[in-house]
Amino acid sequence: MSNINSSVELNAWRAELIKSYAPDRPLITVCGGTGCRVYGSEKVFNAFQEVISNQGLSVSLAYNVKETGCHGFCEKGPLVVIRPQGTMYTHVKVGDVPEIVTAIAEGKIVERLLYIDPQTDEVIQNEDIVPFYKNQQRVILDLNGLLDPLRIDEYIALGGYSALTKVLQSMSPEQVITEIKASGLRGRGGAGFPTGLKWELCRNQPGDIKYVICNADEGDPGAYMDRSIMEGNPHRVLEGMIIGAYAIGAHQGYVYIRNEYPLAVKHLIHAISQAEECGLLGENILGSEYDFRVQIKLGSGAFVCGEETALIASIEGHVGEPRPRPPYPSESGLWGNPTNINNVKSWASVPIIIDKGSDWYSSIGTETSKGTMIFSIVGNINNTGLAEVPIGISLHELIYDIGGGIPNNKAFKAAQIGGPSGGCIPAEHLDVPIDYKSLTSLGAIMGSGGLVIADEDTCMVDFARYFMKFTQEESCGKCVPCRIGTKAMLETLERICAGEGQSDDVEYLIEVGQAIKLSSLCGLGQTAPNPVLSTLQYFRDEYEAHILEKTCPAKVCKGLITYAIVAENCPGCMVCLRNCPSGAITGAKQEVHVIDPELCNRCGLCMSLCKFDAIMVT
Amino acid sequence: MQIPIVEIYEIINKEARKGGSLISALEEIQTRYRYLPREALILASERLDVPLSQAYAVATFYNAFSLKPKGKHCFQVCVGTACHVRGSPQVLDHIETKLGLKAGETSHDHMFSLETVNCLGACALGPIIVTNGEYSGQMNAKKSDTLLRRIFRAEGLDKNE
Ligand SMILES: Cc1cc2nc3c(=O)[nH]c(=O)nc-3n(C[C@H](O)[C@H](O)[C@H](O)COP(=O)(O)O)c2cc1C
Ligand code: FES
Repeated sequence: MSNINSSVELNAWRAELIKSYAPDRPLITVCGGTGCRVYGSEKVFNAFQEVISNQGLSVSLAYNVKETGCHGFCEKGPLVVIRPQGTMYTHVKVGDVPEIVTAIAEGKIVERLLYIDPQTDEVIQNEDIVPFYKNQQRVILDLNGLLDPLRIDEYIALGGYSALTKVLQSMSPEQVITEIKASGLRGRGGAGFPTGLKWELCRNQPGDIKYVICNADEGDPGAYMDRSIMEGNPHRVLEGMIIGAYAIGAHQGYVYIRNEYPLAVKHLIHAISQAEECGLLGENILGSEYDFRVQIKLGSGAFVCGEETALIASIEGHVGEPRPRPPYPSESGLWGNPTNINNVKSWASVPIIIDKGSDWYSSIGTETSKGTMIFSIVGNINNTGLAEVPIGISLHELIYDIGGGIPNNKAFKAAQIGGPSGGCIPAEHLDVPIDYKSLTSLGAIMGSGGLVIADEDTCMVDFARYFMKFTQEESCGKCVPCRIGTKAMLETLERICAGEGQSDDVEYLIEVGQAIKLSSLCGLGQTAPNPVLSTLQYFRDEYEAHILEKTCPAKVCKGLITYAIVAENCPGCMVCLRNCPSGAITGAKQEVHVIDPELCNRCGLCMSLCKFDAIMVT
Repeated sequence: MQIPIVEIYEIINKEARKGGSLISALEEIQTRYRYLPREALILASERLDVPLSQAYAVATFYNAFSLKPKGKHCFQVCVGTACHVRGSPQVLDHIETKLGLKAGETSHDHMFSLETVNCLGACALGPIIVTNGEYSGQMNAKKSDTLLRRIFRAEGLDKNE
């Protein structure tokens, strides 16, 4: 790898690389995303390397092993895919490795590790036809399962940085902006502002010093697609930033990334230094007149720092508090200079649009919302993972066709979309197309793609309380409505969950909620009441049960439930009695036990330990 | 606890020479000592020429900073949405009872710290507990018990008695 002095040289290098990167070469890819690592994928990867290099087997294999970024199907990790066939193995353990390698050598398949469709019980061999993948349209995540994210040459061989060469060779900054505008790309960080227009506003500002920022703060608890993109394909984010900076006229960029994402930080730092070495970042990029550098700034754990003005304050070294807009960052941002800030997914979409053209991109999606959106489907769902789909597909398709439905034969209750700023969507609206407009009309938002599924056992009041607690804790405290209002709402919700609700609480929540929305300084406060207001809209009966009947229909709220022994099922095994942390269970061997409701702290440990279904909640 | 003033001063000095910010200096110190000693804030404010009130504001605003020393064993329970829906409150509750600590506290003997975190990006395996940097997934009260017991045993403690 050495400094590349022109687009022609880069294209020549790519042609050279492609020869050794034939897409049909034999390859074992092990997912090395954060999720699979928790399951132990690193050890699996090492085992493959060892088995193949030692060849303690009777066969010899010309397979390469590669650790890639997140494949997305986190539920089934560690994932291993054998290419070019595309055979997908799930939950692979170190002990399975020799068997897999032998099977490859003999042209066989390890049946027991294949995916079984929970809906049809069909055993599926090929990754492409697993329903989770089959129903997706992977545009941004397409290379995640193929690339070694630590190698720039692989990205280049697979077409990486060709958009950049195209831009530097043949497009003026204005033409780039026109192309992005024509694509219809809207910011993927939550607000959905048209990206091309934002760039143009920043470009047209007077001044020589301009900045671009990649917002990788991903604060929505339960969403992790930005992390997966940076872990799995960091160069695409950088390429998008270089192109955007060129269009805007910026020479310095920052990536503001969460401290909680060590692997993404590592891959990004590595990618930046590789790009610098190759002359794709720095002075005279690819021999052009254009200079651009990127620096990383670590976030220190504050949700509000994802808000653009707070993020800018944080990069400047201050407390991350937002400030009123206007002026927008495009007019006065980092150190008072025009600054363009975009989300990770927005930046990652840019090279694709330049490569394939705005016509192609805008053919995906709906009339008003173009392109694809990545959702992290989590919670009570069979196939937890990342799914990239064209905007406009229905929630039903997302949850049932891709997500595989609700586990343990439970019923679907609601989908919380858009994280703590979003709202919930109940079963009756499952057929609605997911786009910016329809979601807003239902009281939810697209947000950055967090999708949490709640089943019948979820208490919606507790769910709303959970989000309110989150935003209340994350409120920076600068403006009164958000600081005091969220606290007031949280206290009310806590009272309701504790069984001390009063008859006018619902009206109070609505009134305070509306006031916070109207009068808060930044998006955090302006959206904080959404989870409460939308659960009130669709599940008001649950609130009323808590307040008026003092019951929690889902049997979640501790102040409203009691644990008791089902006498006919209890064999008197003493397990719950011995383990109860509050000593609330009495009894003797082979005698029916009794729970003292006064001592019981409702932790539920007895229920999780009992093998005889002898504990019930009322 | 002995505060390594000289070392801390060196860290701040290094950051100052690099033209680094208050936040990066404090991040360095937090990473090294797992908390920000009072002296560190005073030194940073003097050397980097920012009011002590601002150093304190930054140190208390960001979740990554702690003004109190952490325990030898640190438990982090993920309370992100996905983990919440899958039962992290019960797990947290259980650990709180077992350790006799509330989230955010450290035991008097500096043996244990209990913290909550928001989404570690491993939602498929929730509820997640991180014990001294090591992830454990699909937790419930019972499994968290096993986890705790292993550490109690290693420390020669038996909290069950
Ligand atoms: C409380 C709050 C948190 C936010 N968090 C994020 C975030 O984590 N990531 C992100 O890209 N945008 C976040 N945003 C939106 C940003 O302010 C900004 O709109 C976005 O980064 C612009 O990029 P885009 O046009 O590509 O969407 C947040 C906004 C608010 C009000
Ligand atoms: S919510 Fe716990 S890891 Fe995402």
